Amino acid sequence: MSTLSERILNAPAGEYVDRKVDRAYACDGTGLLALEAWKNMGASRLADATEFSIIFDHIAPANNTTTATLQHELREFAKSSFMNFSDIGCGICHQLMSEGVVLPGEIVIGADSHSVTLGAFGAFASGVGATDMAAIWLTGETWFRVPATIAVHLEGRFTGAAEAKDLALAYVGELGTDGATYQSLEFVGDGTKDLSIDERLVLSNLSVEAGAKAGLFYADDVTVRYLKERGHAVKPQVPETCTYLRDLEFDLSDIVPLIAVPHRVDTVKPVDELAGLPLDQVFVGTCTNGRYSDLARLARIIKGNKVAVRTIVVPASAAVLTQAIRTGVLADIVEAGCTIGTPGCGPCLGAHMGVLGEEEVCLSTANRNFKNRMGVGGEIYLSSVATAAASALEGEITVPEVA
Amino acid sequence: MHTEGHAVCLPEDIDTDVVIAGRYLRTRDRSIWATHVFEDLDPGLAPRLKGAVIIAGKNFGCGSSREQAAIAIREAGVVAVIAPSFARIFFRNAINVGLPLIEADISCTDGSAIAFNLAQGWVDVAGKRHDVPTLSPRMQEILAAGGLVAFWRKHR
Ligand code: SF4
Repeated sequence: MSTLSERILNAPAGEYVDRKVDRAYACDGTGLLALEAWKNMGASRLADATEFSIIFDHIAPANNTTTATLQHELREFAKSSFMNFSDIGCGICHQLMSEGVVLPGEIVIGADSHSVTLGAFGAFASGVGATDMAAIWLTGETWFRVPATIAVHLEGRFTGAAEAKDLALAYVGELGTDGATYQSLEFVGDGTKDLSIDERLVLSNLSVEAGAKAGLFYADDVTVRYLKERGHAVKPQVPETCTYLRDLEFDLSDIVPLIAVPHRVDTVKPVDELAGLPLDQVFVGTCTNGRYSDLARLARIIKGNKVAVRTIVVPASAAVLTQAIRTGVLADIVEAGCTIGTPGCGPCLGAHMGVLGEEEVCLSTANRNFKNRMGVGGEIYLSSVATAAASALEGEITVPEVA
Repeated sequence: MHTEGHAVCLPEDIDTDVVIAGRYLRTRDRSIWATHVFEDLDPGLAPRLKGAVIIAGKNFGCGSSREQAAIAIREAGVVAVIAPSFARIFFRNAINVGLPLIEADISCTDGSAIAFNLAQGWVDVAGKRHDVPTLSPRMQEILAAGGLVAFWRKHR
C-alpha cells in the first residue's frame, strides 16, 4: 500500500525515477536564470507534453531600469515561445496555479520553493532551481527520489481565533526547519474534512519551511467541489493504509494563536507571550495568506476602526482583488487606513514596495522571517491574519479576539 | 568514477548564505564565487579547497535555493561533499552543476586521505572503507557530463 507521493510518482519511497512533468512554472527571477541555462543547453524549442507558464510576481511592477530591462527579455521569450504568460498584476505564481489550474494526481514543478503549496489539491508539487527548470523546458521531464512520508494526523475543529496558519506554525515548530528534509508531508485524518481549499493551501505552503519536498492533501469532496466551480470534473483520491516514516498528531481544538519570532520559522511562541511588542508595520498578503478569505477576515476585524500602524495589504492575485472590490471588502480595508499593493509578492522578499528600515519591526502573514529578508536590519514576526488584524488596530502585538 | 582528495571538515547546518554571501551574487564571473566561498565561516578556507573532499555535518546547503552555492564549491576545486544529509534543493543543484554529493555520516580529520567511487558506493577514509548509498544512474551520467547543461548539450 502506498502513500500519495508514491502513487503519483508510481514508485516506492527511496527509488530514483524520471517522470514527465504535467505543469512547470517559473517566476520573473528564476525564469531569467532558467532562460540563460536553457540557451546554454543549445535549446530552441519547448517540450510538447508539458504545460509551461511564466508568471511575473516577485518584483512586479519592476523597481528599476535593470529589473525592467531583464523582465523585458523574459517577457519577449515567454511570448515568442508561446508559454502561458502572466504579466505584472496577475498575481503570485502559486496562487494563479491554485485558481483552477492544478488538478489532483498531477506532477507540478515550480522554480520557487513554495511550489509545495499546490499539494493542497492532491498533486505532487515541488520546487527546483533554475537549471532544473531549463531542463524541463527542454525535455518535459525531471528526476525525483521518491520521498518517504511523515503523516500529519488532524482531528477536531479550530476554536476561538485560531486558524490554519497557527496550525502550520505549530507543525513547523514541532518538526524544525530540517525535520522533513527529503520527505513529504501528508495531511490526513477527520480534521482535514472541514478544511477549505484556502486553509489547505496555507498548510501545504509552510511544508517547505520544515524542509519537505512536498505537502499533500488527498483530493476529497471539498476539492471536487472547488474544481467543479472552476470547470473541472475530478475524482476524489481514496487514502490507502500505508506505513509512514513518522506520525504527528494535532487536535485542531488545541491550537492557539502563534507567532514565529525572528529569525527562524520553527521558533514559535503563543501570541500572548509577545503581547504589547510595538510594531512599525503590518503586512497582510503573500502566497501564504493573501487570498480572498484572508482579506475578508481582515476586513471583518478592522471595519469601522482605524489601524494604528502602517499596514500594507497585497492581494495574492487579480481575482482576489476583483472579488474584494465587488464585495466591498476592499473599501472596508482602505477606509480603515490600510495601503493596497499590486497583486504579487509585495514586500515579502524585501525587493520593493514596503521594505523595512533598520531596526523596524514587522508583523507579517508570510512564511519566512529570515534575517534581513524584508530589508537589512528589520525584524519579522510571522502570524495569522486574525493576529495581524488585531495587532494593526493596536500598533503592537495583540492577541486576536474570538471571531 | 574513482576519485581522491584530502578531507576538509565542516560543521552541520551549513547554509547557502555561508557558502556564498548574498553580496557576491550579482556577477556572472564564477571565479569571484570560488574566491569568496565560505568567507563568512573562515576566510582562510577557500585556498585549501583545491582537490578537497568536504566532510560536513547534517543539513548541508540549507537556506535559499541559490544555485551559486553549489557552483562556488565546485569552482573552488572541491571534488565531492560528504554529509549525513543535504537540503534537497541544494542536492539537486549540486548534481546539476556537476558537484558529486555522498550521503554518509563519516567522522572527519582534517587532511586525511579520501578516496571514493560513486558508482560502486564506497568511501575510503585514511584506508578504512565505508559503504555509502550510490547515486542513481541518471545522476551519475549528469555528473560525468559535468552538469545538466553539458549533459543536455550532448544528449539533445
Ligand atoms: S509571496 Fe513571498 S514566499 Fe510566496 S512566492 Fe512570493 S516571495 Fe516567495
